[in-house]
Amino acid sequence: MNEIIIFAVISLTAIGVLSAVVLYFVAQKFKIIEDPRIDLVSEMLPGANCGGCGLAGCRAFAEQLVKSNDLAELNCPVGGAEVMKEVAAILGMEVEEKEPLIAVVRCNGSRINAAQKVIYDGATSCAFAHALGSGESGCPTGCLGLGDCVASCNFDAIYISAETGLPVVSEENCVACGACVKACPRNIIELRKKGKKDRRIFVSCVNTEKGGPARKNCQVACIGCGKCVKVCPFDAITLVNNLAYIDYDKCKLCRKCAPVCPTGAILEINFPLKKEKPADAGTEVENPVTA
Amino acid sequence: MRTFTKGGIHPPEDKLSADKPIEVLPLPAKVIIPLSQSLGAPSKLAVEKGDVVKVGQLIAKGEAFISSNVHASVSGKVTKIEEVMDASGYRRPAVLIDVEGDEWQEDIDRSDEIKMTITASPEEIIRRIYEMGVVGLGGATFPSHVKLRLPEGKKAEYLLINGVECEPYLTADHRVMLERGEEVVTGIRLLMHALKVEKAFIGIENNKPDAIAHLKELCSDTAGIEVIALKVKYPQGGEKQLIKAVTGRETPSGKLPLEVGCVVQNVGTALAVYEAVQKNKPLIDRIVTVTGKKLERPSNLKVRIGTPINELIAYCGGLPADTGKVIGGGPMMGKALYSIDVPVVKGTSGVLIMPGAESKRMAALNCIRCGRCVTVCPMGLEPILLAQLSENLLLERAEKERIMDCIECGSCQYTCPAGRPLLDFIRMGKNKTGIMIRNRGKK
Repeated sequence: MNEIIIFAVISLTAIGVLSAVVLYFVAQKFKIIEDPRIDLVSEMLPGANCGGCGLAGCRAFAEQLVKSNDLAELNCPVGGAEVMKEVAAILGMEVEEKEPLIAVVRCNGSRINAAQKVIYDGATSCAFAHALGSGESGCPTGCLGLGDCVASCNFDAIYISAETGLPVVSEENCVACGACVKACPRNIIELRKKGKKDRRIFVSCVNTEKGGPARKNCQVACIGCGKCVKVCPFDAITLVNNLAYIDYDKCKLCRKCAPVCPTGAILEINFPLKKEKPADAGTEVENPVTA
Repeated sequence: MRTFTKGGIHPPEDKLSADKPIEVLPLPAKVIIPLSQSLGAPSKLAVEKGDVVKVGQLIAKGEAFISSNVHASVSGKVTKIEEVMDASGYRRPAVLIDVEGDEWQEDIDRSDEIKMTITASPEEIIRRIYEMGVVGLGGATFPSHVKLRLPEGKKAEYLLINGVECEPYLTADHRVMLERGEEVVTGIRLLMHALKVEKAFIGIENNKPDAIAHLKELCSDTAGIEVIALKVKYPQGGEKQLIKAVTGRETPSGKLPLEVGCVVQNVGTALAVYEAVQKNKPLIDRIVTVTGKKLERPSNLKVRIGTPINELIAYCGGLPADTGKVIGGGPMMGKALYSIDVPVVKGTSGVLIMPGAESKRMAALNCIRCGRCVTVCPMGLEPILLAQLSENLLLERAEKERIMDCIECGSCQYTCPAGRPLLDFIRMGKNKTGIMIRNRGKK
């Protein structure tokens, strides 16, 4: 009886020691040397894995940060300048502060502005409805309101307004990861600079049709008249394919363009009411679509 | 009785206009002729604003390999060349002509005489089909001459003529077979000559016994053409389903019918081929079924291409008060029209007016995994899986599950007891998978 126990103990010990030796050499041979800074950096990151930086998750972004020599091209939109500063400190590099961005819905074709002409009865998917036809209002570039952007958002930052049928971006929650921009089949959503005191001016329309057909489907469509281009003192507005576009890098938020727009396609967000022309500016600001 | 083996459904036939002879719709006041009327590249404009055109004059030339010519269907003045709303609501370039008189080009044979003798060589037949802008009139509008130009080293064995008309409500092909039988048979002989095949089959579902009997009688003295009566089952008019039903051959996944030695053409196309080759007449009109349960006079009309659909409806008694949807095509594969101002195009096989209640979809409920969609899929796919993969954009998986084989017949959605929009998602997934596959080649 004793013999069996002793024999078992000895043989098992021998196997254990042998395996330990083998494993030791194997571990030495296949050792992975990982930069310890990757762990430090990834601890700093928000951990949302949203892909807003353009990489597959926060860990991948941390690896990329440690690898690169220059942080100019890399930015975590969720963490913003604060996180990037801390990351730069760990890596011993400088980082320029980037202005925060926010998603902006460039369509104001609400149920009031763009009357419903047909009834859509298909699958609740903008991508499908877009392939099928021009949508309920008839505008071939307008928002379909079926919520592909809402489904794509990881931050609860966009919802469809029951009143207008258009997506509304929540200013507190939006981290400008760009998921909704990719999800929208009509390229309506754009990331724009949040602006000083959250004030923004943009053309809330992406319709490239000529004035007549565009206006027929929607009261607040950009008709490509070019009045805003002429009035802009900073050359910030360009007119391509019957559609005006305000470059947010050049725009100084002077608010000259919005009052001249004959259809009210230029939206001003978070501005105080103008005193000279309270009627015009008032309707713009009070418009249910705020961003 | 022959039919295809996999899946299939049998929706109510509702062929309301089956016994209505083809009537000629009076000329409209103006026509809208879209420039792109076939699959493939858009055609290139050949007229200018202000030009006076005759019936049959070329107005857009198909220059790419897969594209087709478009001809003026009326005589008159080109008033506008602009983007006009099509059936989907998007704007596409079109030529607008104000009708003045009915002046035809001199070289078109307008007599009633039926020319049975074939004098043209195979190359000439194919050239004429291309010049006259003949496209597949079954609905897919694939340019017919492309199907007839066989690639090097490939040989066709059979010509299959699709007289199935498996879509409920539609009767245009049925009437064509009954009233224009001789011309259809001559068209088939022309196609056989062009393809250099010895054998042609005409597949007809046995809910059209009069058409089967009529064509059998006409073909009795023509060697090589055989009329096959098929069991009624949707979607027998699908190319691959028809091949399976008639010849028993299975077309491999992702391959063309030529792989199994078959070329399929519609009976309407055979008639257009006859007119193009024997009569020198371009494809400027087609037979359209205008039907609906509430419509006063369901009819089969011979309509010039470009006629606004509201004129067809007005001719048949006007739009009924209780109208939910107006569908271009049949109830299974047709699409709801965005507006009834849109024109009849080469692919318009029918105009179906659905009553309000019938046109509504039921609210989508949860999938109960009953597997009916899998049972009815004529391509042997798993529609619920494909719909879910598409909805979640798992396109690589969807490609492996053969999403590109889907013929979009809608049997799955028709049969789904939970009313799930299966085909909607599959169509979207197919679209996106197609883009993904095309982009893959570029990198």
